[in-house]
Amino acid sequence: MTHTIILPVLLPLLTALVLLFGSRRSLAWKRGVSLAATAALLPLGLLLLQQTYSGAYGVYALGNWVAPFGIVLVLDRLAALMLLLTALLSLPALLYASHGDDHTGPNFHALFQFQLMGLNGAFLTGDLFNLFVFFEVLLIASYALLLHGAGPARSRAGLHYVILNLVGSGLFLLAVGTLYGITGTLNMADLAVRVAAAGPADAPLLRAAGLLLLVVFALKAALLPLYFWLPRAYSAASAPVAALFAIMTKVGVYSIVRVYSLIFGAQAGLLADTALAWLWPLALATLVLGALGALAARELRTLIAYLVVVSVGTLLAGFALNNNAALAASLYYLLHSTLVAGGLFLLAGLIRTQRGAEGDQLHPAAPVSQPALLGSLFFIAAVAVVGMPPLSGFIGKLLLLSSVPPGMQLIWLWAIVLGSGLLALITLSRAGSQLFWNTLEITPVAPRADRLRLAAVVLLLASAPLLSLFAEPVHRYTQATAAQLYAPAGYIHAVLGARDIPRLTIGPEERP
Amino acid sequence: MELLVAIMIGLLTACGIYLLLRARTFPVIMGLTLLSYAVNLFLFVMGRIGESQPAVIGVGDGQYTDPLPQALVLTAIVIGFAMTAFVVTLALRARGELHSDHVDGDADPRGPGA
Repeated sequence: MTHTIILPVLLPLLTALVLLFGSRRSLAWKRGVSLAATAALLPLGLLLLQQTYSGAYGVYALGNWVAPFGIVLVLDRLAALMLLLTALLSLPALLYASHGDDHTGPNFHALFQFQLMGLNGAFLTGDLFNLFVFFEVLLIASYALLLHGAGPARSRAGLHYVILNLVGSGLFLLAVGTLYGITGTLNMADLAVRVAAAGPADAPLLRAAGLLLLVVFALKAALLPLYFWLPRAYSAASAPVAALFAIMTKVGVYSIVRVYSLIFGAQAGLLADTALAWLWPLALATLVLGALGALAARELRTLIAYLVVVSVGTLLAGFALNNNAALAASLYYLLHSTLVAGGLFLLAGLIRTQRGAEGDQLHPAAPVSQPALLGSLFFIAAVAVVGMPPLSGFIGKLLLLSSVPPGMQLIWLWAIVLGSGLLALITLSRAGSQLFWNTLEITPVAPRADRLRLAAVVLLLASAPLLSLFAEPVHRYTQATAAQLYAPAGYIHAVLGARDIPRLTIGPEERP
Repeated sequence: MELLVAIMIGLLTACGIYLLLRARTFPVIMGLTLLSYAVNLFLFVMGRIGESQPAVIGVGDGQYTDPLPQALVLTAIVIGFAMTAFVVTLALRARGELHSDHVDGDADPRGPGA
């Protein structure tokens, strides 16, 4: 049973290899294999979630090398939650892709599986360098997926995306190198111990490394000065790829939460709460600019991409509040925003195919062939995103707003979250009326939407009512997750154990 | 020795950043390459600088060097190499599709290298 922890990494890897070897086989075969493997991640995610439900940690030492010398995979509540979320998002996205977007190249499904492997690995790993490697795996797959199907817009967006992320990888390595040079370890739990014990001489360098990591994760998460790549890249990608990318920014958010609660958290001595002073203003500014960007967007997909930026701002503002209730609310909001954004990207794909040459541009064009159906789906998604009752966005925002302690923070957060909600309301009502009501007097010619594609959209958007229906158990789980994150001693103990590990310190003091 | 390596890394990084900001695909790729050289050197010296020391304990006169940064550098080189190859093909494709080698894909009236 202990080996179940590594399965979310191995299963997509092996599936991808099988798909690569069978790249000449029929598309139906590839779709079957890929869908079966992705569907299998769902019960696996549930199983792992159930294992962590009691608060237990699962530690898997790769090659049986003891931490901190070997690489460990660590399963805690947050990791299990993210794994399940990835499975929940990827299955509908793949279902949608299996009806039209996967035939433009022979290896779409293999790339999709590599992407899943990178995502799952990043959520599971307990080693900083291994996190870098999994980042690279998911990025390389995402470069190829983004460019899949070609076209000048994709080349243009892809070039920005690839170059920015390569520079980000360089910065990541510099941060990792600095941390290793000072502490002599890359294991996150061991790093937490060493950073907490760091003396005043090492503190400035460690702080520099910590903030360098923040730059890298902020680039992935699309935080303020580093989000400009996102709208172009996400609006150029094909619908299922954009839907899967809804979780890519959340990988950055996850890394920020993990590193700055475990390594540079409240327990970190001289380096306690390194990033929070930066995160709070940046997250709020991201929220404002994201909402304004959505207001200015001229295409539905750009609009949704800016809504992703808004959700990142909301999540990180919740984390920057640095209390249990706010983090629990943020994690609940993370589930909601990822699934609904994925659903919206798929819906935009459906709308685009039905509007003909005008695509998803927000000006009068031919009506869609199924205005009632797509319109109601859009309405549900919009209500969820804006945060109006009774759907999940409302509950997430309510939890977040009620978690702020009285003071200046309360005024800032309430004003900005509610203000950006209002902007999103205006934006989405305008977009909806443009798409469905302000149409030209032409009879629609486009065929009706494919049933399975519709099902994929409905599956993802169903998360909004379901998350509000089951808000209580979900929120109880995110509360437990937040409590676990703010008590990193358990994580450190689980990884390093109580035993006294013999240390081969290779530091400057032992050097000739 | 430390000073020399530090200056080297700084110089490589500076050149890399300068080339990255040129915003033409070829200089950008060269910049990325220089930057990754700097990063690799930096990672390498994080195991401290020493001369003719084996990366194995108990061999030689008791002095050893840290093998982990070497393993990290190796991984970083492999990934960096693959990514450079990928960016080169991507840049060529963008050049073909957009008829411009500017990273924004816009034609620049000032001509190449301006």
